[in-house]
Amino acid sequence: MLLVPCPWCGPRDETEFHYGGQAHIPYPSDPDSLDDRAWGEYLFVRDNPKGPFRERWCHSAGCRQWFNVLRDTASHQVLAGYKIGEAGP
Amino acid sequence: MALSEHPPFLWRDPEPRRAYDAVIVGGGGHGLATAYYLASQHGMTDVAVLERGWLGGGNMGRNTTIIRSNYLWDESAAIYEHSLKLWEGLSEELDYDILFSQRGVMNLAHNLTDVREGTRRVHANRLNGVDAQWLDTDGVKELCPIIDVSPEVRYPVLGATYQPRGGIAKHDHVAWGYARAADALGVDLIQNCEVTGLDVEAGSVTGVRTTRGPIAARRVALAAAGHSSVLAHMAGLRLPLQSHPLQALVSELLEPVLGCVVMSNAVHVYVSQAHKGELVMGAGVDAYNGYGQRGAAHVIEAQMAAALELFPIFSRAHVLRTWGGIVDVTPDASPIVGLTPVGGLFLNCGWGTGGFKGTPGSGWVYAHTIAHDEPHPLCAPFALERFTDGALIDEHGAAAVAH
Repeated sequence: MLLVPCPWCGPRDETEFHYGGQAHIPYPSDPDSLDDRAWGEYLFVRDNPKGPFRERWCHSAGCRQWFNVLRDTASHQVLAGYKIGEAGP
Repeated sequence: MALSEHPPFLWRDPEPRRAYDAVIVGGGGHGLATAYYLASQHGMTDVAVLERGWLGGGNMGRNTTIIRSNYLWDESAAIYEHSLKLWEGLSEELDYDILFSQRGVMNLAHNLTDVREGTRRVHANRLNGVDAQWLDTDGVKELCPIIDVSPEVRYPVLGATYQPRGGIAKHDHVAWGYARAADALGVDLIQNCEVTGLDVEAGSVTGVRTTRGPIAARRVALAAAGHSSVLAHMAGLRLPLQSHPLQALVSELLEPVLGCVVMSNAVHVYVSQAHKGELVMGAGVDAYNGYGQRGAAHVIEAQMAAALELFPIFSRAHVLRTWGGIVDVTPDASPIVGLTPVGGLFLNCGWGTGGFKGTPGSGWVYAHTIAHDEPHPLCAPFALERFTDGALIDEHGAAAVAH
């Protein structure tokens, strides 16, 4: 089980959280200008690296805040947790 | 053939040559089946299968060996049923006993939504020529007496879909059977050979770089499951895949007690009793992306809780070991098979939590696609383009594993 660093509550067990996939995916600023390929990319395609990955977690059984985590997907090691709106390490 | 009676070597251990007509990246079930059908159906024998570790050591050696074809949509039913028909003749085809046992597969329904979805799927299956039945609670109890069907349990059994031709096979034998047959036809099976780069010139692939030197090839076919994104990235492609840990476990050997395969979508467990007697159970995926081939204990705990609710008789069984694989999950829970924007580079991935059952069919259509440089009719709907044109094949209901 991962120890997930909630920036509001501190490190807690993974079972208190929901996973939200890749972080820092902004909604397209002008959706009407996207062609099918760009819209499909936005909807369906996410990075899937083997290594450091910025991802969203929600402390759903705690403070219920969304936040970001930098985690290595090969080792599963959690490298950092930081608030929404922050750039992170 | 008894499990212990194996010749010491079933295939050669060749040094990689510097060039092949086609290179298949990934020596799991899909890669080996593809190599076999390339050689046997399309006369392409100047082929190498490159495997980072050992043959059949990835998801092929880590799955729960369940085989069925009861998928909802026409496209899925067609490819999985083609696969099931190949399974039915595979031991003879490969002259190698894969211990295919058509003991029937049940997918349980625990609430009214499950019942509606299940009955709809049974009708859809029948229209597609897939054997399917709807069982009521008594029918489930009759086929599988050890299930607790009392209405008091947390997730009562309201019925089940049942595919009598479904079952299990011995996964190692499938890999070895395909490997031996492909090797006999001249395919080079090269282990301990990791692909570290893809060479692309003027929009077409020209070869691969590996830990055992560069290999030139005009056709490079990826069959790397959980690592597909990593490989595709080497050619500048981003795929609609997320790689997750998926865990399974076995108990110690028990007397025969479970005669069919039982799956439950709602409570995230699927169980069968393997030929030797151990109970084989699979869980839902771990939520996060992971390449570690391991998952968390709480996922196993939740799966065991669900299994014990359904099968109180298992309460004294012991977990012998657990393990994890890396499953490549697509947004619509259907595989991606076909061409890529890079000439000569082929894609076979996204089988997610259910790739084992697809092994023969996947190899069959992929070999055709590689040999003709155009999609086999059965895999044409599973092209990468569906994530642009929106023609998704949503099989989350039939995929049966939570993700």
